[in-house]
Amino acid sequence: MISSTTVLFVLLLITVTAYYIGLRRSLAVAGGQEHVRKLHSRPPYYGAMTALWCGIPALIIFFFWQVFEADIITNLVVSGLPDNIRDLPADQINLIVNDIRNMAAGNIVSTQAGQVIQDAATHYDQLQKTSHGALAVVVVCVCILGLVIVRQKISKSTRARNQVERIILWLLIACSTIAIFTTVGIVLSVLYEAIRFFKAVSVTEFLFGLSWSPQIAIRSDQVGSSGAFGAVPVFTGTLLISAIAMAVAVPIGLMSAIYMSEYANKTFRAAAKPLMEILAGIPTVVYGFFAALVVAPVIRDTGQWIGLDVSSESALAAGLVMGIMIIPFVSSLSDDMINAVPQELRDGAYGLGATKSETIKQVVLPAALPGIVGSILLAISRAIGETMIVVMAAGLTANLTLNPLKTVTTVTVQIVTLLVGDQEFDSPKTLAAFALGLLLFLVTLCLNIIALIVVRKYREQYE
Amino acid sequence: MNRRSYSVSDNGIRPIDIVKKNLAGRRRAERRFRRMGLAAIIASLIFLALLFVSIIGNGYSALFQTYIKIDIFFDPGKIAKNDPSNGDYQGIVKASLRTMFPDVKGRSEKRSLNKLVSSGAAFQLRKMVLADPTLIGQKRSIWVPADDDVDMLMKGHLSRQGDTRSGRFSDKQLQWLDRLEAEERVRKKINITFFTAGDSREPELAGVWGAVAGSFFTLLVTLMLSFPIGVAAAVYLEEFAPKNRWTDLIEVNINNLAAVPSIVFGLLGLAVFLNFFGLPRSAPLVGGLVLTLMTLPTIIIAGRAAVQAVPPSIRDAALGVGASKMQTIMHHVLPLAMPGMLTGAIIGMARALGETAPLLMIGMVAFIVDIPGGFTDPATVLPVQVYLWADSPERAFVERTSAATLVLLIFLFAMNGLAVYLRKRFERRW
Repeated sequence: MISSTTVLFVLLLITVTAYYIGLRRSLAVAGGQEHVRKLHSRPPYYGAMTALWCGIPALIIFFFWQVFEADIITNLVVSGLPDNIRDLPADQINLIVNDIRNMAAGNIVSTQAGQVIQDAATHYDQLQKTSHGALAVVVVCVCILGLVIVRQKISKSTRARNQVERIILWLLIACSTIAIFTTVGIVLSVLYEAIRFFKAVSVTEFLFGLSWSPQIAIRSDQVGSSGAFGAVPVFTGTLLISAIAMAVAVPIGLMSAIYMSEYANKTFRAAAKPLMEILAGIPTVVYGFFAALVVAPVIRDTGQWIGLDVSSESALAAGLVMGIMIIPFVSSLSDDMINAVPQELRDGAYGLGATKSETIKQVVLPAALPGIVGSILLAISRAIGETMIVVMAAGLTANLTLNPLKTVTTVTVQIVTLLVGDQEFDSPKTLAAFALGLLLFLVTLCLNIIALIVVRKYREQYE
Repeated sequence: MNRRSYSVSDNGIRPIDIVKKNLAGRRRAERRFRRMGLAAIIASLIFLALLFVSIIGNGYSALFQTYIKIDIFFDPGKIAKNDPSNGDYQGIVKASLRTMFPDVKGRSEKRSLNKLVSSGAAFQLRKMVLADPTLIGQKRSIWVPADDDVDMLMKGHLSRQGDTRSGRFSDKQLQWLDRLEAEERVRKKINITFFTAGDSREPELAGVWGAVAGSFFTLLVTLMLSFPIGVAAAVYLEEFAPKNRWTDLIEVNINNLAAVPSIVFGLLGLAVFLNFFGLPRSAPLVGGLVLTLMTLPTIIIAGRAAVQAVPPSIRDAALGVGASKMQTIMHHVLPLAMPGMLTGAIIGMARALGETAPLLMIGMVAFIVDIPGGFTDPATVLPVQVYLWADSPERAFVERTSAATLVLLIFLFAMNGLAVYLRKRFERRW
């Protein structure tokens, strides 16, 4: 079987060759190196033009082929199955197709494979081989065709540079639209699954229900067969942990930003700032491990010592560590905002006889307030969306409580636990994760947009 | 006008007196405020120190592993000479242990004796025999890895007595270990397995190499996609894009995507790449695609700043001698902006290396023993490995998790250090 990597490699080789063929051709048309001036563009542009026309169409075909290959082959195989299998319901056919695919890939098959499935697997394998071979042939043909046609067309007056530049410009535009496609992709994929979830569970039950236990029984007649999908406990858990985190991060972050920008001398700043940045660069999984290994036991033991009943997965531990993670975020953003306050304002306050701290508290901070609020909003959105710390240090049970010593769960923890591991993709349990994801996306989106507008307005104010 | 009316109020107190009276208090408030700021910075530095101390303190001992020297008899009755790959190596280890401790009787005692040595010993012997078949029939003294509990005991993480809660070691086992130690058959050696092996359920056989390879492939995909795309987008937005609604929309999107929680990108990857396009689960290819979408905003924003920093005079000069706009950018602006863009890309890569949550969504949490060899092999990455080990109940995984964290942090420091170096080396003031 010809692998896709090989095809891509051959494609690359032909494209590179095309560059040199185009280059040589242009020189030949001009009549040698000394007559280059007679060409419309410089020779490398002819090379680049040939290479682009040779490589891009072939790449596009390659891409679409890869995308649609699996579906087409599956349909072909399914239509080749005996009638009694094709009449089965869709989900059973899916299972069979899965078996066929696994078998064709040489994996162990879950059920005892019948003769029919074995035949289908061979069929699948054959089709795949044919498809790969055909893809290789088609791509190489298109490549060479492009090469030959463009080579023929090269003349002294061919506007090669303009063509190349236009193609590059379109490539640049395509690259810059990926951000839009990503957003659209996020919204569509999350929304689509969330709507399917809301067909099974009503929106009001999800938004206002007080009990969250997303267990779905295997048989429908089992006790507790339908789970409870009231997300309020999950929201309160998220808010509780975020609030603890902000209670740690905002005072410490803000005070260190003030000290850094207003008091610290150059050497102190040069030493302390990179260290604070290290705090920002540590992966969240490391914070999570730290929370679970060190902070949670310390908090639990302290609680026991003073006679409090502290859960070993308390919201306090997760929130505290999350707060530490957010400190550098708050401090660097507030630092920017404080530095953006014009020096004249400070000088005015000093001129009136204010001390430094009075200037900061009564002039600088009020002036920087919109910016600081914006950065705190961004920090909140970060805390809400933070995953690894809470997955490792907070619990799974959804308690409706505001007690920071109890176990609570968060939106992100629920998404991870619902989606990690084997799941069937259609159960409300899995789809609930997407509903939570949609909510998470919307909330953080609102916070971000408000924060960005506030910060931008603030920046403009002093420019 | 009478000058006195300014300086003295009606009841005869001059303002300067009020100022002087309050001055001490104001100065105290000033000092208090200043100390609070310093305390805030010191607090965050203490957190940092605590984090590192606890991780290094827990992790350094994973660099060593306890080995036990046992006299192995490569019994020809258990390994067929013509087919050494299917021998009963476990049996050889057990038999050798029994000859070393002939007084051990009874099934349960034998079992607890066998527990002293790692199950990896059999694989080690198999490898040796496959490399050198003449070993069959000979007797050798061989260092084999000890079981993880023995390892923990030797390192002092488990106590010999009093640990009634777990009750890991029987008195007999402790006696045997004492005898082995007295005969100098127990030794701590550098733990090479940790750096060369893939994941394992047995802590003494588990290593980070599989995760490092997975991270490498994932980041390679991310870099190859996100850097060219990010640079192209930054150049277009800074140099070509007309100021209209469309480009405003792109800008808002980029800024917003930079702040979207990473787990949402995981949901996107699950729904689009896995369920819609049918790409394989757990593959570095998909992980790389998801991380590309996640790091793109960072790289685009850094790239735009770098393009902005190139002074307009460069562009004017190039245009002045007759270069086209594209030539100006490709030949002059881009090379000058490249160091800044590279720095941004490295920082983006460092973020991608530490990212865990979106990769959980696309199935990179599977238990994978084999070292991945390509972009579509099932793989896991370093931070996910940390997460997986942190969940394991064995005591020996605590030190391995910390050590894996250290490996991850070392990579991150190296990348960030490179970024800082590049910035310093190529920074230009115009």
